[in-house]
Order: sequence, then structure tokens, then C-alpha cells
Amino acid sequence: MTHYGGIDIGSRTIELVVVDEAGQVCASLQCDTGYDPLAATRSLIDAAPFDRIMATGYGRTLFEISFESRTVTEIKAHARGARALFGDAATIIDIGGQDSKAIALLENGRVKKFEMNDRCAAGTGKFLEIMARTLGFTIDDFGREALQAQNALTISSMCTVFAESEVTSLIAKGEDPRNIALGLHHSVIRRAAAMINRVSSAGDVVFTGGVARNPCMTELLAKQLGRRVLVPDEPQRIGALGAALLLMEEH
Amino acid sequence: MSIDYQTMWTDLGLDLTSHDALLNVLGTAYRDIYLAQENRPETMAYFDFVMSEVHGLRIKELLDEKAAGRKIIGSYCVFVPEEMVLAANATLVGLCSGADFAMEEVEKLLPRNTCALIKSSFGFKLGKVCPYLESADMIVGENTCDGKKKAYESLRPLVDNLYVMDLPQVKSANGKALLKSEYLRFMEALQELTGVAVTTESLRSGIKTVNAKRNAIHRLSALRAADPAPISGLDALLANQVFFYDNPARFTDAVNKICDELEQRVASKSGVCPVGTPRILVSGCPQAVPNWKLPMIVENSGAIIVGEESCVGERGTRNCVDESGSTVDQLIDAIVERYFQVDCAIFTPNTDRLAHIEEMVKAYRADGVIHYGLQFCQPYLMEAIPVEKALEEKGIPCLRLETDYSMEDAGQLTTRVEAFVEQLR
Repeated sequence: MTHYGGIDIGSRTIELVVVDEAGQVCASLQCDTGYDPLAATRSLIDAAPFDRIMATGYGRTLFEISFESRTVTEIKAHARGARALFGDAATIIDIGGQDSKAIALLENGRVKKFEMNDRCAAGTGKFLEIMARTLGFTIDDFGREALQAQNALTISSMCTVFAESEVTSLIAKGEDPRNIALGLHHSVIRRAAAMINRVSSAGDVVFTGGVARNPCMTELLAKQLGRRVLVPDEPQRIGALGAALLLMEEH
Repeated sequence: MSIDYQTMWTDLGLDLTSHDALLNVLGTAYRDIYLAQENRPETMAYFDFVMSEVHGLRIKELLDEKAAGRKIIGSYCVFVPEEMVLAANATLVGLCSGADFAMEEVEKLLPRNTCALIKSSFGFKLGKVCPYLESADMIVGENTCDGKKKAYESLRPLVDNLYVMDLPQVKSANGKALLKSEYLRFMEALQELTGVAVTTESLRSGIKTVNAKRNAIHRLSALRAADPAPISGLDALLANQVFFYDNPARFTDAVNKICDELEQRVASKSGVCPVGTPRILVSGCPQAVPNWKLPMIVENSGAIIVGEESCVGERGTRNCVDESGSTVDQLIDAIVERYFQVDCAIFTPNTDRLAHIEEMVKAYRADGVIHYGLQFCQPYLMEAIPVEKALEEKGIPCLRLETDYSMEDAGQLTTRVEAFVEQLR
């Protein structure tokens, strides 16, 4: 029995998924990327045996050189991973640590069109993480707290640095941190929804990447789009799963 | 480069320390991007030599021409008619605008949100590192986009020989009349500068020289339609870039030699990449030397560029001038006729451009189009959206990129380009 690994080396975390010849998941591991992604990668690889591996994520080239693996972009990997879990997925939004992507698929599952956010961290997991910290929430509680808000304050800046000072001045005015938090979620969602609408105008949207674990994000996205938003159980591993499946299908 | 040029550069007023730094970066980039390619045509050796001497031997040639009484005209745009320049016994050269230089100084004169091309042209002046600019007896600016036309107002105090040409923005009879009157005014200025009167013979000879140069590039472009592609997009872009710098007759000869070699490659079905490699047409803003960022990323991502719908490419070289006129005025009309067809995004509307993109996709058998927009280049970025939409409606995949000369977004661009290439496979 051959085992195929998919590894997604992101800016915040690294995921490894191993599938068998039938595409069934045999192992799924995660660790922080940290300062030494290669060492982090080695610890994952040692913990889950596989025969071949395909890398994706921003660190894919580093991995390719060190481990002589194949690589695939996050876009194709997320498309494949989302299709494995939702057979007729046609639109995907992936919001990860340092970038976000909206992907439209053809009926056969191939990528039809995609959009990626610009150079900065606006509208990504990193933005939410820094804002949560500024407001004194843990990243895991951030979405739940935002959902408790009475009303959403308007945050106009999408630049992480400017938004942080905007948030600081709202705190100084005595605003409820939960209302600020909801405003921040809204600002990210508006950006994500606009990106989705540029690639696809109707139908269900599969939400992948670590940010999909935030319940406020998924709820607001569905409202903003007026479309059903589907979230996999472990949205952060979809890229790794997709990479593993693509490799399996090649053999 | 030889040490002999130090005196020449000092005499031109270049800042030797900065200039050395520029040449070092240029040399390293050329080695890493160009010389590292596999399976290059042997005849590209001529262009390797040209690039190694781009600030050396070529400048010496220009200075020798000057010493013999010829004038040097510097230009930033494909609307400046080289035919007239040659007819007035002068030489036309493109001025450097393909790399960031002296950005802090530039941003004292221009807003930050000015496109990289305009900023670069100022950087080369303020940093005193462009020997072409310093050799020029006349620098021709032109009213194309708002950025350039306002920038020339700020450039004027920095140079003592700026000539600004007005250009039409609409393809109407009035627009064509404006182009003709501006070309006549330019010819007057040239004649005054050189003291040489343009004659039917000299103008026809200028037209023939430039047509020959264009025909050589057309021949090269046609050969790129073959699968496997016989030449990389990087190398073909370089030929299109050197088009603006080199002695025209020698350039024509060198490109035709490349074509001879490529014809053999096509006949033997050999190329620079395997058959079936995804083929990409690049469309949009000009890519001036040494702006090789996009083709480097594309061709390192497993695709091959088969055409440039660009000023440094087919927009700049499309169509020849009718040589049959028997008076200066008839020949000028023919020149106006040819240049008035250039589908620059400063024109409104600019529907010819979309038709040309579609023609080029067919002619070069491109699988997809990458729309290359320089950040803050309003005319091309505005056109990018309808171009993308129109192409997608015809089933031609299109990737819209917006970037500048810095490498800070290279990782992001690589991911986008790789995903686009995956989409085409």
C-alpha cells in the first residue's frame, strides 16, 4: 500500500496530511511554522510515514529543494481539497495567515479563475490575530466575542498598522471591545466578499484556511454574500489534503 | 567592461560610484536571468555582447558620431518617429527607464504613486547614471498619459534640451491632423538642431532603415508561433528592448541571423522547451531594460512567453511605413498613417488594442494572456478590466497582474503565475 503525503507550509502553521491509495486520510498533523520551517517540517515528517510527498504553501519551494518533492500552488491544492469534501464545490475562499484567495472552479474541478489579495496582510488571519491581541482576546475567542456585540463599529482602515491605531483610539473612547471586534470582522468580510464576487456570482462557497474556524467570519460571510457558506471540519488542512490527493491521482 | 570607459563616463558627468553599482546589479541580473537559460540560440551571443557593452562601446559609438557632427536624440516613447530623426542625420536612442534608482531623490519631485517607469526615468537623471541621457543633444518628451505629461514639467529644469511633443488622444480626423502638425514641428526642430534639411531621399532612406528593423522583428515574432517555441520570451523581449538602443542596420542584421537559426530549429522541431509547454501572451505596459521581472517569473514557472502586446513588443513595431511617396509631404503622410495606428491606451476609445490581443493569441497560439500593468499606470490598468472580461468571454484565460520594479512581491507574483500556468495545463 502506497501512502501519499501533502504538506502545506503556510506563514503561520504547517499541515501534513497522508492519504492511502483510495484517498482515505491516514494521518493529519499540524505544527507552528515558527522561525525554522525546515526543522518544524522534519518533526512532522518523522511522525507520519508516507512514500511520496507533494508540497504547497508559501514555503513549498524551500521544501522542494530540501526534500526533492513535487510542488503545487495553494490555489490548485485548495481547489482539489475542497472538492474532496464537497463534491460539487464551485467557489472557494481560502483565508490563511498571510494571504487570501477566491477560486472559481469549472464543473470538472479545474481552476477557472482566481483572485489573490494584494501585497499586505490586510484581510488575512494575521490582521485578525494582531487586532485580537490589541483588544485583549485570544485568537480562539475572538470570533465568539465579536458575535456577542450589540452593534458593529466602523473600522475604515484595512492597513494593519493604521487599523491598530484606529482600534486603540476606539478603546480610549471607552467603546465595548466586542463592538470593535465585530467592526473588524466586518471589514475583513467586505474585502473577502468582494473578492469572491469577482470570480463567481452565485452558488455555495466553501470556506477554507485557518480563518474559517472563526464562527463570526463564517456567519458574516454568509450574510454579506447571501449565499450558503460551507466549512470543512478542519479547514486549515484542506491545502495539505488537496496536495496529497493530487499526488495520489498522478500515480 | 573595460576601464577605458571611466574617463568617458566622467566626461559625461556620470556619478561613477553609483554607475558602478548599477552596472554590477545589471551584470549580476543578466547572468542570473539570461545566461542561466538553457538551450539559447547561439546567435543570441550578439545580444549578450550588446548588453555587456550597453553603457560602454555603444556610448563610445554615439560619442564618435557626435564628434563627427551627428546629433543624438533621446526618446521615451514609440511615438517619436525614428525615420525623421535618421533623415535629419541624427541617431535616436531610447532612454533608460526600467529600474528603480535614486528613489528618495525622485520622490522629492514626484508623488509616490507615480508609475515605476516615470520614476525610473527621473532616477536615472537624478542619480546621474544614464549615459544615453547625458549624451543626448535633444530629449524628446511626449504628452501620452497624464503622469508623463506632468512629469515633463518637472523634468524641464533638470535638463537643458527637453522638447515636448503633443499627441492626440482620439483617433479622429482632428487627431490625425494634430499628429501630422506635431511631426512637422518636430522635423523643423530636428533640422534646426542638425542644420540638415530633410529631403525626399533622406526621408525615404530613413523609412527603409526603420522598416527593415521592423521587418526583422516581425520575422522573429512569426517564428515564435512554432511549438516547441524556438526562443524564450526573455530572449525575444531582449531583442525588442535593444531595438531602441542599437545601430539600426546592425540590429536588423543581428535579428535576421537569429531568425536564420530559429528557422532551422523550427524545421527540426527543436526548441527551448518541450512541445505542449503552456504558451503565454504578455499584454500591457512596456517592459524597458532591465525590467525582466515578469518573463523571468513566467519562464521559471514552466510556461513560455510567445508574444508581447506592448510598446516594447508588437505595439511598438507593428506596421511599416509606405515607402512609395515621391515628395517629403507624401512620405510624412505615410509616417503619420503608420504611427496613428499605434494602439496606445492613451487613446479613447482604444478598441483596436483588444482586436490585436485576440489576433496575437491566435497567431502565436497562446493558451492564455497575462495582462501586465505597472502600478499606478492608469490607462493600462483601466483597460485591463474590460480586456480580461472580453478575453474570458471568448474562452481565453487571462491573469491580471499589477506590479512595479521592486522584488518585494516576487513571491506573491510567483504563486499567481504558477497557479495560472496550472490552470492552462
